[in-house]
Amino acid sequence: MKTYLPIFVTVAVLALVPFVTASNVVMNFLVMTLLIALAGQGWNLLGGYGGQYSFGHAAFFGTGAYVTAILQVRFGINAWFGLLIGIAAGALVGAVIGALSFRWGLRGSYFSLVTLAFAEVLRIVASVAPITGAGVGTLIKLDLRPEAFQFQSRAPFYWIALGLVGLSLIVVRGIENSRFGAYLVAIRENEDAARALGVDAFIVKLAAMIVSAAITAAAGCFYAQYFLFLDAAIAYGTWISIDALLAPIVGGVGTLFGPLLGALVIKTLGETTKLVTGGAPGLDLVIYGLLLIAVVGLAPRGIAGLLSALIRPRFRFPSVPEQHHG
Amino acid sequence: MESVERTNASAQEVMLSPVILVPAVLNGLMAGAVYALVALGLTLIYGVLHIINFAHGALLTAAMFAAFFAYTLLGLDPYLAALMIAPLFFLVGYGLQRFVIGPTAHGEDRNYLLVTLGLAVIIENLLLYVFRADTRTINLPYAFDVIEIGAAFLAVPRVIAFVTVMVVAFALWIFMQWTDTGKAIRAVAKEKLGAELSGIDVAHIHAVTFGLGTACVAIAACLLIPTYYVNPTAGDAFVLIAFTIVVLGGMGSILGALVGGLFVGVVESFSSMFLGQSLGQIGIFVMFIVILLVRPSGLFGQQA
Repeated sequence: MKTYLPIFVTVAVLALVPFVTASNVVMNFLVMTLLIALAGQGWNLLGGYGGQYSFGHAAFFGTGAYVTAILQVRFGINAWFGLLIGIAAGALVGAVIGALSFRWGLRGSYFSLVTLAFAEVLRIVASVAPITGAGVGTLIKLDLRPEAFQFQSRAPFYWIALGLVGLSLIVVRGIENSRFGAYLVAIRENEDAARALGVDAFIVKLAAMIVSAAITAAAGCFYAQYFLFLDAAIAYGTWISIDALLAPIVGGVGTLFGPLLGALVIKTLGETTKLVTGGAPGLDLVIYGLLLIAVVGLAPRGIAGLLSALIRPRFRFPSVPEQHHG
Repeated sequence: MESVERTNASAQEVMLSPVILVPAVLNGLMAGAVYALVALGLTLIYGVLHIINFAHGALLTAAMFAAFFAYTLLGLDPYLAALMIAPLFFLVGYGLQRFVIGPTAHGEDRNYLLVTLGLAVIIENLLLYVFRADTRTINLPYAFDVIEIGAAFLAVPRVIAFVTVMVVAFALWIFMQWTDTGKAIRAVAKEKLGAELSGIDVAHIHAVTFGLGTACVAIAACLLIPTYYVNPTAGDAFVLIAFTIVVLGGMGSILGALVGGLFVGVVESFSSMFLGQSLGQIGIFVMFIVILLVRPSGLFGQQA
């Protein structure tokens, strides 16, 4: 239980925020931050722990979003149920893409490329298929009842997003502590060595991809309910693929709280840029790009790495051999 | 009902007649040549540095803007402008690899992916910030002139593009075969450590290669601008096509990029003829995924 304590403390503290401020601007900012943190946690499981860098997590986000929306709009299915189906659909897409890619042994850059291509195919299909509303988009009818997963104020949305983030933290912590998690990290560090020791790399990567896709799809489902509007460029756009990888990398790739930390940093930077420049298009993303390069170049372990170096400057992992200088 | 079927059948026959097919093939080849040039840059960088350059599309867009403004502000014909823009982008590419990508990636594959992705995001959004999302085109006086070859009418800009690409590819091949720098590039591609030990400045050669790849997209941009539009995401469309070609032709192979480019051009020409524009686009992606999946290792699946 002790390993889960930081999660409960974090969630409990964050849950108090709506009692401190009711400002729509603040709540909106925090909801978006949690959304990116959730999508980023999905990416983090596969990319951070498993070393498989997906450039197409929009495929899962968009599928979750569209399934939730379409089930309501076209089939009159309850939104809460839609959320579950949306997550399952995202997981299914993850299973298909993962099975295809890993079956053929795509690694490194090639995996990034193929995920990118899958997300693009889905985006193009969604932009022409009648069921998604094609160019017009899908609008979920306003129905401000908790049963319909819609609320008058933003606070309930915030708590639900926080709940989903908390759940994803528990899942990932559970994986961290499990044999499966150890296999996943072993594959990241050296896939051939892991295989030689009897790890079934295909199954482990596939399982990671499915859970990863499900977590990111949950973010998509939530997005649909929060904004009540989707089109192909939103649901399957590259923005979410980039945000989902940027948050964990900035926060600390392969760390539990990295995505949350990173989401907070990139959203703060993004919003500040928009504020300072008066909402000029593009500049916030320019900052993201610079941040990405700066983190990769200067702080490969992200903010979490910097913090732990600050807090415990003398601490060294025993497994890391000391560098001999001179 | 029957008559509808009959018209469909005869429409099919018309589509398959040589009068339609020959121009479709020729136009596909012309379009494919430019794809090939974009792919050439990508494959060159991959062959030597073993990295997939995700900033390739953004650099293409940037070069298209350069060609656009060379024409609208300076009145430079795009084909002449290429003589200036290509060296300029060589320097841009050289600088990016030497001072940004190389030092920040610490030699790790995953970092190369992220850094070039970061560069793509920066370039694309800087263009968006400066030029907004507006789509721009230029009007060359001879853009709509055609050359008649047999049954086919070919647009002059496309014929120029085709010939230019062939010349550039040939020049590149000569450069790689016969010059000292070219030999050094091939040496680094084959055996980095060995090359370094025999006194080759690997960081310099990497940067030169990246510069050459960037110069290729700069020339491609100048060939595209007379018939295509430019906006901050204009290059994206070409990059996935270029990835497809590179996979098809074999990573790092100049000839492969050339042949693959022409082939993809023809495929695209046919698929948009039979399936319409937006589905034709999907054809490329599906082909890309299928090639990636069914040609494992060998071409693409090996750990870079």
